[in-house]
Amino acid sequence: MSSKRWRMQLPLHVMIWPGLILVLLFCYGPMVGLIIAFQDFVPTNGLFGSEFVGLKHFEYMYSLPQTTEVIRNTLFISVMKIVAGLLAPIATALLLNEIRRESFKRSVQTLIYLPHFLSWVILSGILIEVLSPTNGIVNSLLASMGVEPIFFLGDQSWFPFVMVGTDVWKEFGFGTIVYLAALTSINPSLYEAAVIDGANRWQQTLYITLPGMLPIIVLMLTLSLGNVLNAGFDQIFNLYNPSVYATGDILDTYVYRLAFVNAQFSVATAVGLFKSVISFTLISISYWVAYRFANYRIF
Amino acid sequence: MVHRKTLGQQAASAGIYAFLAALSILCVLPLLNVLAISLSSAAAIQSGKVSFFPVEITGGAYAFVAQKKAFLASIAVSAERVLLGLAINMVLTVLVAYPLSKDGSQFSFRTGYAWLFVFTMLFSGGLVPSYILVKELGMLDTLWALVLPGAVPVFNVILMLNFFRALPKELQEAAFMDGCGYWKLLWRIVVPLSLPSMATVGLFTIVGHWNEWFAGILFMNDSAHYPLASYLQTVVVQMDFTKIMDVDDAIYMQSLDDRAVKAAQIFLGALPIFCVYPFLQRFFMSGIVLGSVKE
Repeated sequence: MSSKRWRMQLPLHVMIWPGLILVLLFCYGPMVGLIIAFQDFVPTNGLFGSEFVGLKHFEYMYSLPQTTEVIRNTLFISVMKIVAGLLAPIATALLLNEIRRESFKRSVQTLIYLPHFLSWVILSGILIEVLSPTNGIVNSLLASMGVEPIFFLGDQSWFPFVMVGTDVWKEFGFGTIVYLAALTSINPSLYEAAVIDGANRWQQTLYITLPGMLPIIVLMLTLSLGNVLNAGFDQIFNLYNPSVYATGDILDTYVYRLAFVNAQFSVATAVGLFKSVISFTLISISYWVAYRFANYRIF
Repeated sequence: MVHRKTLGQQAASAGIYAFLAALSILCVLPLLNVLAISLSSAAAIQSGKVSFFPVEITGGAYAFVAQKKAFLASIAVSAERVLLGLAINMVLTVLVAYPLSKDGSQFSFRTGYAWLFVFTMLFSGGLVPSYILVKELGMLDTLWALVLPGAVPVFNVILMLNFFRALPKELQEAAFMDGCGYWKLLWRIVVPLSLPSMATVGLFTIVGHWNEWFAGILFMNDSAHYPLASYLQTVVVQMDFTKIMDVDDAIYMQSLDDRAVKAAQIFLGALPIFCVYPFLQRFFMSGIVLGSVKE
């Protein structure tokens, strides 16, 4: 490249550099730190002074029965979240599409988007209060119908379903935005033609609206594949407790406890690396598929 | 269109209205319950009389919270964090997004740079290495640990980049011909034209920093440095009072219900979000959707 062109583009390079330096330090720096997964890391010896042990920690991780359990919990919770998180917004968007009164539609949207913007700390505070087995409002209502109190956050069999349910509660409203946007791009003359042919609202939904939304539904499903190992750290870390570890402990919370409760830094890093590599592979595949078949581009 | 509806259609339509109304109310009922508890008297709460409206209204829980030193200190940390984080995030977002919005013909290294940033969205070093890095940099217990690791929000960069790309090219080309450099172009033409979308990204950044709690828990050894979200995580969610306990707490607590005090803190923690929510809502319909999903 000519030096004149380089000099002309220099300001563009200079603009990027501050951000690039911070990204290199704080995003690529920790990737170098991943070598501690292959060491017996001792904090006082530092990153390069610890002994190299190869795949020891991965073998240890593989031998722990807890690891299998945690992976199973992660997959169970995340797959249910992906399915429910896909269906609930689509159904809501279809129902909102039937509403002709704009003011009503906007009020509904205002209320159902709200939980998305509150953090899991706030929502957990609320859920712990509301779902309390002794004096929470949900159990008070159940009691008035003659149902025994349910310990939603302390009962192993309930916990994963409560996680899925509350996650849908937080995100389904915001999730409708994408589908509502897809609905506006459907050609109105299709509906007019269908009405002339005698199609009722249900048939219009089935044969025009749903096929019109199909590309975006498939795209959202594809992109969500990258989240198969993300069962929701923020939510579960705030809501779980030792009595539900058997069904509620997920990879991210497991890594956190290995590192900061048990101080097994190398094992924690090994489990984290295992998760990152699989997630990266899944995300790459899903983006490639989305790019190939839906012409979806990140930038 | 058909104007007259059959009875069945009317029933279906009424059913949809009713269902959506119920759904929206369901989204806010838990919030109302907690708000009602925060405003009710201890006796009313303990006898189980409070549902969605305050009973025997009192501001006692709020008065108590308002004098709690640890609570007030954490709000100050949160405010500093939001301001510093917003400034750093916005400046870097614009500075990174503008060059990346250029074509390969104008900026030869564009694609290479872009992948360096995008890769960080797909793969990360993970929890332990990030913690060790921040520790080695001597940033534990400082505000920098809360704002620098996420200094370049790549998702926002992509939003801004797509917005910059949609600006009319002729304007910039004309200015460029007149000898206007890239810096001047960015500052005088691109930024003023992008103020609405920058406001959107800015609001999301504020909400993100206000809500973020994990960095505080992870990087702060001393709970006096916790932002509000981390404070609430410790006191309200984990109920770990060993870390944070004001001396005079015990005296006040006798006349108040513990649940009301927690509810008041939850509500105050969410209050800033409620305040910016009307603005957020106006923006995200148009801004975020168009920016992120392209045909």
